[in-house]
Formats: sequence, structure tokens, C-alpha cells
Amino acid sequence: MEYTRRELMTLAAARKIRDGEIVFCGTGISMLAAMAAKHIYAPNSVIIFETGAVDSRLEEIPLAVGDPRVMYGASSCTGLADAFALMQNPTTGRHVVGILGAAQIDRFGNLNSTAIGEYLHPKVRFSGSGGACDVASFVDRTILFMQHERRKFVKRVDYLTSPGWLDGADGRRRAGLPGGGPEAVITDLAVMAFDPESREMFLEAWYPGGSPQEVLAHMEFSVEVSRARELEPPSPRELKILREIVDPQRLILG
Amino acid sequence: MRIAPDKVMGLEEAVTRFVPDGAHLSIGGFTCNRNPMAAVYEIIRQRKRGFHLYAHSNGQGVDELVGAGCVARIEIAYAGTGRFAPTCIRFRKAVESGGIQFEDYSNYQMTLRFLAGAMGVPFLPTRSGLGTDILARWGFSEAMRAADPRLPKKKLVVLENPFGDWAETERVVLVPAIRPDVTLLHVQKAAPDGTCRIAGLAFADVEQARAARHVVVTCEELVGPEDLRDEPERNQIPGVVVDAVVHVPYGAYPTACYRHYDYDPVFLSDYRTAATDEGRWAEYLERWVFALRDQTARIAAVGPERLSAIQADPRTGYATGLKR
Repeated sequence: MEYTRRELMTLAAARKIRDGEIVFCGTGISMLAAMAAKHIYAPNSVIIFETGAVDSRLEEIPLAVGDPRVMYGASSCTGLADAFALMQNPTTGRHVVGILGAAQIDRFGNLNSTAIGEYLHPKVRFSGSGGACDVASFVDRTILFMQHERRKFVKRVDYLTSPGWLDGADGRRRAGLPGGGPEAVITDLAVMAFDPESREMFLEAWYPGGSPQEVLAHMEFSVEVSRARELEPPSPRELKILREIVDPQRLILG
Repeated sequence: MRIAPDKVMGLEEAVTRFVPDGAHLSIGGFTCNRNPMAAVYEIIRQRKRGFHLYAHSNGQGVDELVGAGCVARIEIAYAGTGRFAPTCIRFRKAVESGGIQFEDYSNYQMTLRFLAGAMGVPFLPTRSGLGTDILARWGFSEAMRAADPRLPKKKLVVLENPFGDWAETERVVLVPAIRPDVTLLHVQKAAPDGTCRIAGLAFADVEQARAARHVVVTCEELVGPEDLRDEPERNQIPGVVVDAVVHVPYGAYPTACYRHYDYDPVFLSDYRTAATDEGRWAEYLERWVFALRDQTARIAAVGPERLSAIQADPRTGYATGLKR
């Protein structure tokens, strides 16, 4: 069955969401992944938004986390203060998986969504943190989305907006951050993971038809590829649900 | 804050009275939802200048204020309106061209800063931001802070937990309080004394209102003095914190107002096109702000066809099946 890379990206992230988890999602492809997970692998997962909607049913895909569609069928709808407290509070926060995107990433999964170039006089300015820094600071597990380009996988991010594993190993603990950190980076070429000791990025899987060499050619830094395998392509059932239930208008799938 | 039974006035008067040039300002809503757009357009129409704007992810309203040249400085967590503008276009241009002074925070930090202002404490703690450039990099210099009594002397401060390892926390980030001169909100229902009932997500509107010295509320429905008193537990903002109440149907357009209307994808897409080019941007402001006398003229210019397309479905609170 034919499929697009964007469809496989969505499913690769969705496959990592576990049943019973609270899924924080931002705008765009991360919403697709959360919805796909709920419909395919993790029916008891709970989708939350920083705007304050908890356990949204999402009948239609929201185009922003402030979209009124995030309220549909929710368990409660309050505001930002409650939503972030739920993630900062260890009782609930330990069950949250955050899905985030950015403009740049380094080998420890630190994210830049603020500026390219010098912060005060940037070459390109982006949206800024929004809730990304908060989520990356609070929760145990994050899944990151990134286009696989050399200018995005950089040795050093121009501005560290959201903490990954900081300088690696126990860097997060030394900085005083709670919990875990990035677990995977999902790109349009590959799935990257982080070593449990060094917290350095390595190649977990490349997309069908690609190769580890192709992945490395699109990065400014090198990663270990010895543990890598070819990613399982989407199943007909995964694609059917993604196309017919999750985003039938292809608003985000394109 | 104002105690009076009737604070109802026109939008022009409310902006003239409570939003002076150079004001420290915050607006309600989030990205493409419930921004106080009619108030924003009135501010632009009155050619106000030199604002210090506080924003979490206030989206469309922030971008139009920045684009119209009303904003000198901004403290912000996020400038985007979802798929319509992943980065707000006029904000991006203003930052890249050096046309605005800016400083970055996270959404929770900004929310807590408003809450601290609302509580009357100088700061609140959070665990967000340790190890990041949000902590390390200041947008406003130490000299600028020292010279301006309206700015805290520092951006963010890390404090070792004074209670030892209580709550398994080694250190926290202290975020300084915000006290805006004025907060502008758009709500579904308001009474003449300023009592507000927001339907659906309140975002950080309540903290922003309570933190401010003055609050201007625009509303879809202006109800009678007693109408919100039967179920006060459904009201989020008490009348005492509000200074002015203005009846403005479609006051959030082109952003959404839950249970009334959706965001207008056509307008927001046209906006993106206009915002990208200097000539088209000047035409946009002329056509959609300066040439229109008031909100009534504005809604007439939008036309019944667009408004009918975005009417909220009573079942969902948004325009189900809207072509986006």
C-alpha cells in the first residue's frame, strides 16, 4: 500500500504512545500522532492541551491548541494555570508523554523554537516556546518531531528553548530538572533514540527504502548506527484509521 | 478596578479612557480564539503608540497590534496562530528588523507572572526553564531595567529550595509579577457592573484581569444586572475588577468565540497573504481598520455569507465541518 512520509512519521510517533498515558500535544503533526494513537494502539490514553482542555474527544482536528475543537467532549476545560500544574505535579506529571516540535535539535535532544542566529538580532525568528519549555521541563517522556535536514540537526542549537538531556548523562538532574527527557526524535527519514547512559542520540530505525547513510548525510553531527534497523511500514489498518478517522480532510496530513 | 453598578460605554470611549499611549497592556484569548479583536482594531484606529505588551500565546491580536506599530516592547511566550501562521508574520518582521524590543518566556511562566500580579506577591516559583536560554538570555538589558521603574531588576532568578529537599525539589525558577495598566478581554456574557461569564476555556484571562489596574471587557451578550446572579459559580470575573463593559457582537472576529462562532479561515488566510508584503499590509490596515468607522461597519464589510459559514453548531460550540 502506498503511503507518504508524513503518514509514516505520524504513525512512528503514535506507536510509541502507551495505553493509559496522558498525551500532551502541541499544534500540527503532534495532534495527528496523539489522535492516531488513541484510535489505533492506546484507546485509554488521555489527550490534554496546555490551554486547559483535559481528555478531549477531538471529533475534528484542531488547527491550533487554542482551537475551540479541543473542547469537544472534554472531561474538563479550565485554563493554562491548571493545565501546566497537572504536568508539574508529580502525581499526574509522571504519566504525561509530551509531543513537541522545533526548528533545531542537538545530539542531546535540546530544542530551539525561538531564533536562528543571534537571539537579539536573529536571522530568522520563530514563534518561541509557548508551552514547550514547560512540558520539556516537567514530564518524564517526550517525543520530538523534526524535518530531517542538516540545518536542523545541529552541533549546537542557536537558542536553547526547551531542555532535552542538556549536556548529556545526568545533566538534567544537575540542573535541577525533574523526571526523564526525550525518548525519540521522529523525522521524515528516521526514528532516533537516546542512549540510556550517555543520553546521546543514536539511530533506532530508518524508513523503508532509505539507509543509515542517507540519514547521516542530512545531519551536522554524526550518530551511532549500529543498533539501527529498517522501520516497519504502515499497515493497511493504520493507514485506514489515519486517513478515514483522524484527518479525513487532510488538513495536517497534506 | 471600579465599583459602580453601570460601566457600560462605547468602545471608542473605553479605549480613549483606559488605553493611553505607552500603557503596559495585556489582551485575553489564545492564538486564534477569543482575542478581543474589536478592541484591538479600535486601538489601532486611534493610532495609539508605545505600548509595553505582555503576552503568553495571545496570537492574532498581538500580531495586529505589533504590525500596526502600536507596540514598543513585548514580553512574550509564543507568537503564532496555529496553521494560519506558525510564526506570526508581523511579529517576526518586527523582531528581525529591530523594530521592537522583546523578551522571551514560556506560557506557564507568563501565566504565573499574571497570577503573581493578581495575588499581590512579587514573584512565584516554578520548575520550568532550568538549564535553558529562557533563563540565561535577557531581552532587556540590566541598564534598561535599572532605568525603568516599571521593569523588574532581573528577568528570572534561580533559588535553591529554602525548605531543603522538601517536595523533592532542589531549586526553582522565580518569575516576577506583572501588573498591567490595562487588560482587554472579550467574553461571551457580561452584566453592566462588569460581572463576566466565560464559556469554555478561560486560557489565562482571569489571571490577566485580576492582575491589571484597569480592565476593559467587550462581550457578545450584554445581560441584565441580575441575570448572572442566579448561578454565580459559573462567573469567573467579579464586577469589581472591571472598569468598562462594551457590548460588541462578533468582538473576537476573525478569531473564534466558543458557542457563538468559529475562527474565519478565509479571513486568516487573507491576513497571512497581506501581512507578508509591506504594500499589501498597508492596504489591509486601510481597508479593514482605518476605512471602517466602527465594529458595525466592520461586520457589514465582512458580510453575511462569511458570518453564516462560521456560526457555531450548538452541539459542538464551533462550526462543524467548516472548510478550513
